[in-house]
Amino acid sequence: MSLLEIKNLSVEFGSQHNPFRAVEGLDLTVEQGEIVGIVGESGSGKSVTMMAMMGLLEGQGRIVADTLQFDGKDLLTISARERRKIVGKDIAMIFQDPMTSLNPSYTVGYQIMEVLKIHQGLRGAALKQRALELMEMVEIPAAASRLAAYPHQLSGGMSQRVVIAMAIACSPKLLIADEPTTALDVTIQAQIMDLLVNLQKSQNMALIMITHDLAVVAEVAHKVAVMYAGQVAEMAKVPGIFRKPAHPYTEALLKSIPEHSKGAHRLSTLAGIVPGQYDRPSGCLLSPRCPYVQDKCKAQRPGLTAIEGGVVRCHYPITAKEA
Amino acid sequence: MLSFIFRRLGLLIPTFFGITLLTFGLIRMIPGDPVEVMVGERTLDPQMHADAMHRLGLDKPLYAQYIDYISNLLHGNLGESLVTKSSVWVEFKTLFPATLELALAAMLFAVVFGLLAGVTAAIKRGSILDHGVMGISLTGFSMPIFWWGLILIMFFSVKLGWTPVSGRLDLAYDITPRTGFMLIDTWLAEAADPAANAGAFKDALMHLILPAIVLGTIPLAVIARMTRSSMLEVLREDYVRTARAKGLSPARVIFVHTLRNALIPVLTVIGLQVGTLMGGAVLTETIFSWPGIGKWLIDAISRRDYPVVQNGILIVATLVIVTNFIVDILYGVANPRIRHAK
Ligand SMILES: Nc1ncnc2c1ncn2[C@@H]1O[C@H](COP(=O)(O)OP(=O)(O)O)[C@@H](O)[C@H]1O
Ligand code: SF4
Ligand SMILES: [Mg+2]
Repeated sequence: MSLLEIKNLSVEFGSQHNPFRAVEGLDLTVEQGEIVGIVGESGSGKSVTMMAMMGLLEGQGRIVADTLQFDGKDLLTISARERRKIVGKDIAMIFQDPMTSLNPSYTVGYQIMEVLKIHQGLRGAALKQRALELMEMVEIPAAASRLAAYPHQLSGGMSQRVVIAMAIACSPKLLIADEPTTALDVTIQAQIMDLLVNLQKSQNMALIMITHDLAVVAEVAHKVAVMYAGQVAEMAKVPGIFRKPAHPYTEALLKSIPEHSKGAHRLSTLAGIVPGQYDRPSGCLLSPRCPYVQDKCKAQRPGLTAIEGGVVRCHYPITAKEA
Repeated sequence: MLSFIFRRLGLLIPTFFGITLLTFGLIRMIPGDPVEVMVGERTLDPQMHADAMHRLGLDKPLYAQYIDYISNLLHGNLGESLVTKSSVWVEFKTLFPATLELALAAMLFAVVFGLLAGVTAAIKRGSILDHGVMGISLTGFSMPIFWWGLILIMFFSVKLGWTPVSGRLDLAYDITPRTGFMLIDTWLAEAADPAANAGAFKDALMHLILPAIVLGTIPLAVIARMTRSSMLEVLREDYVRTARAKGLSPARVIFVHTLRNALIPVLTVIGLQVGTLMGGAVLTETIFSWPGIGKWLIDAISRRDYPVVQNGILIVATLVIVTNFIVDILYGVANPRIRHAK
């Protein structure tokens, strides 16, 4: 059984009669100890998918799915109270901007210990000891004195390490890193990525890595999901997907690696931008931008079809075309 | 932080001068002088009037009177009432506890219900509850104090007979003022002599409730609105999302991670309400015949008791300024980013 299994997940924002589907029919599975890369331009629904799964969209988005299972538990029917026993403990999440992700009014130590108190009931010396251990695990120098520091006294890189320490505090089975390095200096980015990958190995947890950095994904991920306008365009194993991309969008992403890894929001190899609420085409969502577009693409939205090592959402996958 | 304190202190000097000029000028702009007002309807012999004015030092040119006033102030002399002949400072000290007790009760009422209303409205944003709370607070904010006080008296005192109409305590009780706070004094008296003073504490409390509500209504509305908007702002912060992603209970997310940060601007607003409270106390004390500073100042104005008006207002203004000053410092204490700023 997979650790995480998402089938046909949709997330809707806005009013009932004028809804915006930020995520539409998304499928994703993550195995125990697996690293899954999720890539795609800004606005393609990567964060919303993860927030929906974590139950962080309460009161904002409407969530429907055929399956939303984590570790054998059905996240769709679970009570809020039961979900809170999993979230922060077995599934943890790291966000994009470390400088705003920590509460400015509490010390770093307080914020780490809070997780340990709530989920593991640690108290007193054991609590402090474990917090210190976590600070050392994320390689924060002078960890003991840093416990009493306030977030504004830390650099972005240090703050992200604290956020990571908080996330791995209860040895989660799944860690979600949502663009964990986008807001950081280039020199720090590699360090944080290395840290995450090392922790994934030492803690034997599954890792969902949302990133613009395809080079990192190619290097460490077992599997990649390429998202476009709220859907998975292609999901396939590494390195297959990098050698033989099946979806035109994946191909475009790969061609743009140099500038994309610098965090550019647009793809030079593909004109236009991700369609938003009002300009989604009725056929294939990529059809206005796709270099291989055919009449059928404009008329009919493609479903997911199996390919070697994965699935693709395209009427005319590239490998098939070449064959 | 220290240089900040000194800069703020430096600003106080011109402020004080402004206040002395204002009160000195304004009270003299009201037609009628202290002697005329004292004599009232009876005809006044011009010679006696001149003598009396001379005795009070009010026949001097205005600039000379102002210089006298300031030089007395600089010597720490707040003068005497023209009417009672007792020291302004002593009168103030005697009456101030009554106003302070009323103001504290009003503030307690405003803070407790203001925070409660603001937090509820923010959590239930967009709901009927939110609109209800905010509608009521807007009404409260625009309610004229005089009218609001009379309505409450009509309903609770006259119609229902639940609360007394005026004063701090029923005349039947004879309580020795020890702290000047009626709640404390009656409580002490009841403890000392339960037979003679039975029910005094409850009576004092019942006298306090309505005026405190009237005086606290505007601050309550201001605090509620500020709390709501500040909460909504903080609820959008990334660190609140982090708190929820940690699996914390909604109560912890709201009270530990949101309210704590949302309170910082609310604290400033609460501090600024001290001024509103002092202004409101004047009206409230008049409506409820509450023997405090507000009523004292109103009486002094109607008697053209220049020293009491000038120095009474100066003392009150000083209190307001000092409280705002303390609030500024507390603001730094509540906010680590400011506390650590060099
Ligand atoms: N709370 C929200 N309310 C309405 N729309 C939202 C909300 N959160 C995200 N969206 C929209 O959903 C889409 C996907 O956003 P997101 O998942 O953040 O993209 P990304 O792939 O860059 O992480 C965007 O168009 C965004 O504007
Ligand atoms: S379905 Fe057509 S338009 Fe869509 S990605 Fe495939 S080829 Fe391009
Ligand atoms: Mg995102």
